[in-house]
Amino acid sequence: MSQLSNVDEAKRAEWMELYERMLLIRRAEERLGKEAQAGNLPGGVHLYIGQEASGVGVCSVLEDTDFITSTHRGHGHFLAKGGDLKAMFAELWGKRTGICKGMGGSMHVADVSKGILGANGIVGGGIAIAAGAAMGIKVAGEKKVAVCLFGDGAANQGVLMESLNMSAVWSFPVIWVLENNGLSEFTITRKVTAGEFTDRARAVGLPTITVDGNDVLAVQAAMKEAVDRAKSGGGSTFIETLTYRIRGHLEAEDAFLGGYSYRTQDEIDVWKAPDKDPILRFAARLIQEGAATAEELEELDAQVIGQVDEAVRYALDSEDADPELVFDITFSGQRA
Amino acid sequence: MARQRYIQAINQVLLDEMERDKNIILFGEDVELAIFGDTREVFARFGPERVYNTPICENSLTGMAVGAAAAGRRVILHLMFGNFIYTGMDAIAHQMAKLRMMTGGQMNLPITVIAGYGGGRSLAAQHSDTPYPTLMNIGGVNVVTPATPADAKGLLTTAIRGNNPTFFLEASGRGGDSGEVPEGDYLVPFGKAAVAHEGQDVTICAIGTMVRPALKAARDLEKLGISAEVIDPRTLVPFDEDGIAASVSKTGRLVLVDEAKDRCGAASYIAGLMADRCFHALKAPIKRVTVPNVSMPYAGNAESAIFPNPEKIVAAVLSIVSADQKSFA
Repeated sequence: MSQLSNVDEAKRAEWMELYERMLLIRRAEERLGKEAQAGNLPGGVHLYIGQEASGVGVCSVLEDTDFITSTHRGHGHFLAKGGDLKAMFAELWGKRTGICKGMGGSMHVADVSKGILGANGIVGGGIAIAAGAAMGIKVAGEKKVAVCLFGDGAANQGVLMESLNMSAVWSFPVIWVLENNGLSEFTITRKVTAGEFTDRARAVGLPTITVDGNDVLAVQAAMKEAVDRAKSGGGSTFIETLTYRIRGHLEAEDAFLGGYSYRTQDEIDVWKAPDKDPILRFAARLIQEGAATAEELEELDAQVIGQVDEAVRYALDSEDADPELVFDITFSGQRA
Repeated sequence: MARQRYIQAINQVLLDEMERDKNIILFGEDVELAIFGDTREVFARFGPERVYNTPICENSLTGMAVGAAAAGRRVILHLMFGNFIYTGMDAIAHQMAKLRMMTGGQMNLPITVIAGYGGGRSLAAQHSDTPYPTLMNIGGVNVVTPATPADAKGLLTTAIRGNNPTFFLEASGRGGDSGEVPEGDYLVPFGKAAVAHEGQDVTICAIGTMVRPALKAARDLEKLGISAEVIDPRTLVPFDEDGIAASVSKTGRLVLVDEAKDRCGAASYIAGLMADRCFHALKAPIKRVTVPNVSMPYAGNAESAIFPNPEKIVAAVLSIVSADQKSFA
């Protein structure tokens, strides 16, 4: 440390970890965006860029034994919960070294050993799974939580009201994290939504917290409260993190939107500005509090970019997926 | 052996298995009251800690089964009527059937979904469907259709102790038939057809609820000098191709009896398989006795008009067995 710090060493290490995790997601996804646009990935990708503080803040208070369910925009959640970057890249390139052996791809990255029950290609697909995981935890009397990460698009699925209701009736240890980026695929959510999402949770009596989703420490604080409640038998909490999706619904969208747009460039620029972008904001905070210098952060950035480069090489050098595997793994102990 | 009704055999398995394995949870609509009788006493015995009498929300229930299984529990989900499989289909088709594959085999999903199916009781179109063709086509879920109390016991035990999502479809109208049920631990393996009645001239392959009218048809055919073999696949996924093919190769004729609609039904699927496997052994076209491609009407006479019955099965057999080909002519 080259200057006096306002934070103690433990806090500094924790903050740096949060920062590094957000940066890793950002740099990894910037690379994925490039590769996708160049046609180097077999399928489409949905990027989390701009929302990193939400996933990282949420997962920073979870153990490997806690569960998360994720979305089609799930790379950030996967990395935030401790998923391996190389295994994720290999998955996106369709390789047998991929975390799902090349059988799931971008929309289905999962690492059950880390409690990551999977990204999900169905909007709202993780909602009932999280409720069920929480039911499973409660039945077994385990000290764990299930966290459902979902977007405002998914919040309009009927399954949410059903699952909120049951989580309240039975005090399931489930934390609902609505990452509200304002967009339901290509539609402004406000235009198709009545009322506030948090009111839907209040209607079944759940405590709600609305938080600046681009402030990683604010998200973390809200999550701590919710996890403490759930693990001490107090039941479910509904958190709304207010954030914004910088990139398109998917990387290929420019090609088929044909010049049409569902939002303005000005709006995007507002959220990319240093006072909004979650990574730039936290970098400024780290420097301001004396937790890091600008040089240190630049050095870290170079390291992270190196990690991303290495992950790409790993994916490219890996063997293609095994086409026979699908017949062996569809069922357990039974060939499909 | 003890004589039990079909629904009692199922009830006994649920009680025994939940006693045997504390990791099993059971949930569904009205399971506390047990309107079909199959979950009787389950709530009273195992309590709200392991048995959830749920609100009516199939779309969440099927997804929750996946979540609870992913969290390490062994799950029994009661969906009441087979039609409600459609109501809960999103998580069945997208999560239950696919998660293990999509994650590269990272999770086991030990889920047994129980639902009663089929028509014949004037329950009208939304409570009379036979949804197994849809489930068979999804790929990634097992489908079992026990016809007898003994098979109900054996197949349900295998389903619950297995590690795959399995739809246990009850032929449970009015509590089902009575029959001898083996006592103690009894498991019937998946993918093994049962010969319900041996014969030489024609194979009648009947599924689930259709085994009973097929057996009646076999008795009637015997009086006409025709020896019919009735074979019950017992499980549709996995399917005992070899077992059915062996019977068809022996008799050279095949009539399929299926309560599902004809179009893309189990009978159509099996007919395709057997046309391929047994082409050179077949002495006549394969015939299907199924429900036409319409929904079940309410009026009793309208319902029975489109429902497979022994007379229709006999007629189908007679259309492919000529007088000089009968065993007992």
